[in-house]
Amino acid sequence: MKACLPPSPDKTAPAQTVSDRVLEVEELRTYFYTRGGLMKAVDGVSFALKRGETLAIVGESGCGKSVTALSILRLVADPPGRIVGGSARLDGVDLIELDAAAMRAIRGNRISMIFQEPMTSLNPVMTIGRQISEALILHQALSRTAAMRRATEMLQLVGIPEPQQRIREYPHQLSGGMRQRAMIAMAVACNPEVLIADEPTSALDVTIQAQILDLIGRLQKELGTAVILITHDLGVVAETAERVIVMYAGRKVEEAPVAALFASPLHPYTRGLLNSIPRLPSIERRSDGPPVQRLQEIPGIVPALSNLPPGCSFAPRCAFASDVCRQAYPRYEEKQGGHWAACWHSDKLAGAANA
Amino acid sequence: MAVIDHDVELRRAGAHVRGWGGALVHFMRRYPLGAIGAMIMLLFIATAIFADQITSYDPTSTNPRVSLAPPGEQHALGADFMGRDVFSRIVYGARISLAVAIGATALGCLIGVTIGLLSGFFGGWVDLIVQRLIDIMQALPLLVMALIMAASLGPSLTNTIIAIAIPLVPNVARIIRSNTLALREMPFVEAARAVGMSEARIAVQHVLPNTLAPLIVLATAQFGSAILVESALAFLGLGVPEPHPSWGRMLSESAAEYVRTAPWLVIFPGVAISLVVFGTNLLGDAIRDILDPRQRI
Repeated sequence: MKACLPPSPDKTAPAQTVSDRVLEVEELRTYFYTRGGLMKAVDGVSFALKRGETLAIVGESGCGKSVTALSILRLVADPPGRIVGGSARLDGVDLIELDAAAMRAIRGNRISMIFQEPMTSLNPVMTIGRQISEALILHQALSRTAAMRRATEMLQLVGIPEPQQRIREYPHQLSGGMRQRAMIAMAVACNPEVLIADEPTSALDVTIQAQILDLIGRLQKELGTAVILITHDLGVVAETAERVIVMYAGRKVEEAPVAALFASPLHPYTRGLLNSIPRLPSIERRSDGPPVQRLQEIPGIVPALSNLPPGCSFAPRCAFASDVCRQAYPRYEEKQGGHWAACWHSDKLAGAANA
Repeated sequence: MAVIDHDVELRRAGAHVRGWGGALVHFMRRYPLGAIGAMIMLLFIATAIFADQITSYDPTSTNPRVSLAPPGEQHALGADFMGRDVFSRIVYGARISLAVAIGATALGCLIGVTIGLLSGFFGGWVDLIVQRLIDIMQALPLLVMALIMAASLGPSLTNTIIAIAIPLVPNVARIIRSNTLALREMPFVEAARAVGMSEARIAVQHVLPNTLAPLIVLATAQFGSAILVESALAFLGLGVPEPHPSWGRMLSESAAEYVRTAPWLVIFPGVAISLVVFGTNLLGDAIRDILDPRQRI
């Protein structure tokens, strides 16, 4: 097995491999200093994002997915939060080191973000057109009329009918799906290299979810944008992502190509997540007689970040936990080709999956 | 069972409204009191603008022969002890009232909005100090504040406007600040940050427009009280100086001596003040109803 350092740019490799990675996050640490104590919301997370790929970050609520994304954009509220270590390099430039003005020039221009709540992420008293044109006026120095023309094109691109008319409408005149499309138009208006989608479909109707995911996928192909997809929905991951990072209690616990992760999860937490997806047979078999398969859940809840157990933070909820788990945090290492995990008992899990 | 006539219901909701004229008629039907208020205000503003055309007397010229003349053919609303035409003085007095009300409300809102936005959006020690200053200002009633200001600044139109505007600031600043506090936590502010906007730009472009609805409601109310306070200041001899006619001073000049012998000197300026304040209140209520998002469908 290799060392525990995650994939990092190979120093000896020619420049070609470096330019292959648009965003490199290394040992990122974001802590919250609160009355309840120190919360290590993001604790040494590293990953690399290749140009044009889709990387999914999954995990339960409160495991640090969103804070990771907000840290990359330097949007974590300070106080209470602070990025205490690590780096996030966009084409080699460390975003963590940039001054406020330089960071603003990156937000919405080279890295943009789609938020979870399309209902409240748009300003209710501004027309859709003005909100989309804002980024264009800021970053591409377009005139108001030119920006509005471009905004109309963007609405067309994200599949909103009658863009000429919609551009003059206010958010309350649009449905939830339409608003999320408008948010996406805002995010991709400046043709960013990286698009962070934080639970882009969680607040939407199931029928709209698929449309929005298709839209993000299509735009990604057309514009060559790399996407970081933050979600708790593994179904979404299976459909859209190429690689997956599983986070638990502020740390990365597993990383693999989608197929490998779904075929043989090497961390019990990932396995728990996969088992808790409802499957159709368990419902259908009800009439035939055999006992109904109950949906499996992961017992317990994510521990308080201010009070993590010693050793592996998942141990208290883990069926495989042994003494070593409760004493020492497992090394994050490459268990199989391209498949990394932080677990003492990955071998048992791999065996169980094959059996 | 009652039969619902869909056309009638739709008509009430304003589905048939077309164009500006239609919207106006719909507004008058839906908010009849607001329409009355709007008409009073329009009449008031028109009076102030066309004062020269409406009156046939110079409001400042005296004529001892008609001293204390009762309302009649020559002087529609009578004349005061110096023989000045009361109607002309009320009409020209509208100019002073309007100028003071608009000036004071605009100035008070401008300062109040700036302070409220800075205080609410950026917070910190600036917020703390500003809020304590506002606490002190709010401890004094509007009229007392205006009195102190007017007495220290001296009588003139500009000083009257300032004296009335400054006491309005705390109310405006409070409302804008409390709205800003709620608005700055809204996801669209975060989204604006994610687009790369600076904090100052977010405050002006995203937060400020969202505070306009309560501000407009407040401004109409302040408009009425500005007129009242101006009259009160003039009554106490601290308002706009002679020879400009002012409703408040018309009252104070005659209230004590002539209220029994020439009541028209007191009644008509009093009616003018009441009518305009009543009009602003009616209009203000209608605007509040229209801007209330729970009422808008």
